[in-house]
Amino acid sequence: MAKLMPKRSLENVGLTVTGLCIALVALVVVTLIVMVAQQGLATFLQDGVDFWSFISGGNWIPEDGRFGALPLIVGSFSVTLLSTVFALPVALGSAIFVVEVAPGFGRRVFQPLVELLVGIPSVVYGVLGLSVVNAAMRAIFGEAAGTGAGILSGAIVLAVMILPTVTTLSIDALDAVPNEYREGSYALGCTRWQTVWHVVLKSALPSLMTAVILGMTRAFGETLAVQMVIGGVERSMPTGLLDPAATLTTALTSGLSNATTGSVQYHALWSLGLLLLAMSLVFIAVIHLIGKKGAKKRG
Amino acid sequence: MQNNDTTSARRVEGAGVDHRVIEGVPSALSIRDFNLWYGDFQALKHITLEIPKNRATAFIGPSGCGKSTLLRTFNRMCDFVESVRTEGTIEFDGRDIFKTDPNALRVYVGMVFQHPNPFPMSIRDNILYGPKRMGKLSRAEADEIVERCLTRAALWDEVKDKLDHSGLSLSGGQQQRLCIARALATDPSVLLMDEPTSALDPISTGVVEELMQQLSEDHTVVVVTHNMQQATRVADKTAFFYLGELVEAGPTKEIFSHPKEKLTNDYLTGRFS
Repeated sequence: MAKLMPKRSLENVGLTVTGLCIALVALVVVTLIVMVAQQGLATFLQDGVDFWSFISGGNWIPEDGRFGALPLIVGSFSVTLLSTVFALPVALGSAIFVVEVAPGFGRRVFQPLVELLVGIPSVVYGVLGLSVVNAAMRAIFGEAAGTGAGILSGAIVLAVMILPTVTTLSIDALDAVPNEYREGSYALGCTRWQTVWHVVLKSALPSLMTAVILGMTRAFGETLAVQMVIGGVERSMPTGLLDPAATLTTALTSGLSNATTGSVQYHALWSLGLLLLAMSLVFIAVIHLIGKKGAKKRG
Repeated sequence: MQNNDTTSARRVEGAGVDHRVIEGVPSALSIRDFNLWYGDFQALKHITLEIPKNRATAFIGPSGCGKSTLLRTFNRMCDFVESVRTEGTIEFDGRDIFKTDPNALRVYVGMVFQHPNPFPMSIRDNILYGPKRMGKLSRAEADEIVERCLTRAALWDEVKDKLDHSGLSLSGGQQQRLCIARALATDPSVLLMDEPTSALDPISTGVVEELMQQLSEDHTVVVVTHNMQQATRVADKTAFFYLGELVEAGPTKEIFSHPKEKLTNDYLTGRFS
């Protein structure tokens, strides 16, 4: 029995250590949400800003006490959706090539190349966007593009940034489709592209949607690179894709230097943070929903 | 390789023995001096064999003897294996299969796999998968195909009220019959079955075996099996393979009661497996 004692204490130590880890993570998550919510809600509860006018107001001019975040919300969503529209076809196309056409080459050469894109710091994307994309906008659209900074430039830079995420996850999604499905389709006389279209993509759809949403989450939260190319106009609603604009994240960053702690301007920035937090929770909820639905479908 | 002087002497000459005793039955598939390599490994050696039309033929033999490889050559699924190389001819209805379009070939030479592999879509869409790729279908045509194929695969009564349920919601045996129905939907004249019951329980196995017999009335059925009883129950003709060679082939009764080769006899009596 004496010999068993150290073992039992090991059991206890293991349980305690892993339990503490869980408790710590839970504490961080809860504190974070409470803190952001408390500060963010202070704008409405303490400073008396109307929530509805915050969500739907068309002018973000904190120094004048005008807190209409709609231009920022529109900015965030338009760069996110647009960058997804740009990135998705390319990501999906290359994923199909890697998995279905040339697995050897794809795995050995292409995938490491794409993954390299993940490691590049956002500021580098920003500089490249500023000097290449904005210049290209000016060259293509002339006067209409102004300095070249705007929603379209932001979306293009973001598209390149989320490309590796969406591509890699799409490759995994297609790879996870059982080979038996492909064999079954070929055995019925279907060609490779019929098989890809009707069986592979169809059965990978839930995972592909997860890939897209994770890419969107990244685009939605990206700040620095977007800030460098989007123009940073927060005051009013953008009217076109070439218009300079701002997003929730860029407005939060640029506003921080002017806001004094505890002021309504300061709280309003927290409200933007709360909005961002809520949106990412929505994205994650959607991913879980898709996963559950997929599991149900698979029976 | 066993040390058996008589069989190895015969093998040097090449082609295995095919006692073509089912008289008056034309061949659906004629294999002539067929060889297949995976890289440097020769998986099939000088196979010469006739597959009788509208009969069931069983391929038996120990694992790795090449029987599945040969089966997968009939619908050119072997094309997907890298570094595969073939020599010799296989004729399907008088035409060299290596000179036809593989996708067209597979419409006429259907296949059922070892593990049931219904697509993750409704029962109905599983059946219509093949026909839809070949052209537009009216609602009535589609309904007719679904009912006919499911009835033929002895599954209609069990699923007729849930055609929109996922094919994956069925039991293993039902899934395999769904795969048979799906293969029938392109109206093939040959059905290749690669150990179609090895993943099924005994009752489902019985159902599928009965189905194979019924189907062989108007389809050429070729079944690879590890189960010798299965061969005796369903097959009109049996071919025994060993180490990539065809050792013996002939009417199932003859092969099982009076095998001409010692190797066949040893295998059938369980001296090796």
